[in-house]
Amino acid sequence: MDSATRITPGNALRPEDIAASELHAPEDVAEYALRLGDDALILAQRLGWWISRAPELEEDVALANIGLDLIGHARSFLTYAGTAWGKTEDDLAYWREETEFRSAHIVEQPNGDFADTIARQLIVSFFQYELYTALLESSDETIAAIAAKAVKEVDYHRDHSSQWVLRLGLGTDESRRRMTRSLEKIWPYVNELFVDDELVEKLDGVAVRPSSLKPAFDAKVGAVLAEAELQVPEVQPAPGGGRRGQHSEHLGYILAEMQVLARQHPGATW
Amino acid sequence: MAQETTGVSAAWPLWEVFVRSSRGLSHVHAGSLHAPDAEMAVRNARDLYTRRNEGVSLWVVPASAIIASDPDAKGQFFESPQGKDYRHATYYTKSEGVKHL
Repeated sequence: MDSATRITPGNALRPEDIAASELHAPEDVAEYALRLGDDALILAQRLGWWISRAPELEEDVALANIGLDLIGHARSFLTYAGTAWGKTEDDLAYWREETEFRSAHIVEQPNGDFADTIARQLIVSFFQYELYTALLESSDETIAAIAAKAVKEVDYHRDHSSQWVLRLGLGTDESRRRMTRSLEKIWPYVNELFVDDELVEKLDGVAVRPSSLKPAFDAKVGAVLAEAELQVPEVQPAPGGGRRGQHSEHLGYILAEMQVLARQHPGATW
Repeated sequence: MAQETTGVSAAWPLWEVFVRSSRGLSHVHAGSLHAPDAEMAVRNARDLYTRRNEGVSLWVVPASAIIASDPDAKGQFFESPQGKDYRHATYYTKSEGVKHL
């Protein structure tokens, strides 16, 4: 296969390339890829709900675009993770139980109103931008290649969410009230994103210590909020546990909807 | 209260979008969109009309800034120069003795 040679900068890696390759992710790396993939997958599922429901046609397209970008990232990470266990991206997306998902709690938070969605998007996109930028240096070539493709898209997601934070923050009294409330509601879930654990310690050089991303995240998100004349909320962090498969009540409903067809027709192809 | 806002659409003005593709020589009108301001209009235009391809240039113009010619006055306005041969250089004959023309 020539697919291994495709893992080069400037030659974007597709999930199909990974599936067709002879790659076998080491178990630990697969676990790590699962986290990255699950964050993207669950958030994409959340964003998909907005299609036909956004405040404007143009925004409908933008949210769908972001959702599709995230699905792309999820497909690559899950396909790569699957190489460790002989599983496909679909096996991993549709045939895992809630406790087997490794996504952070923030991505399973409800869409709420538009400001809630933008607040969630702001945090996740700024987090992912720092993460993927750092992962460009990963000693795992596949992780680095997926990150190289994703980081450009996530940069656009950052731009989109910060533009909206500015408009909602500096818009009407009502939009400002809602944006403020949305930030307060979502902020307890920020903490979990930046917690180091055994797995990332073990994957020194492959993974990125999330704690190392916090200063840049704080500075950049802080600058957006300052420009929008909004405060960084001071709230107690929520317990988290998503990386260990401990989820809030929201994830079960997301998965039930996402997986129902696949589970009703096991072995079907589409 | 006199009038509640009737919806977001009413508040978002219309923008016309002109795109120059990476190998194109000029900006071409691609379509229109709604956006709250110019910055968002450029971003929406990228999503809607360029799929974020590299090497393209976008212009957005508030539709209200465009003055169009009157379609009803097309006859007079764009009348062809037919029967006005004197407007063309070929109408004139070269004078004898003029060389290298």
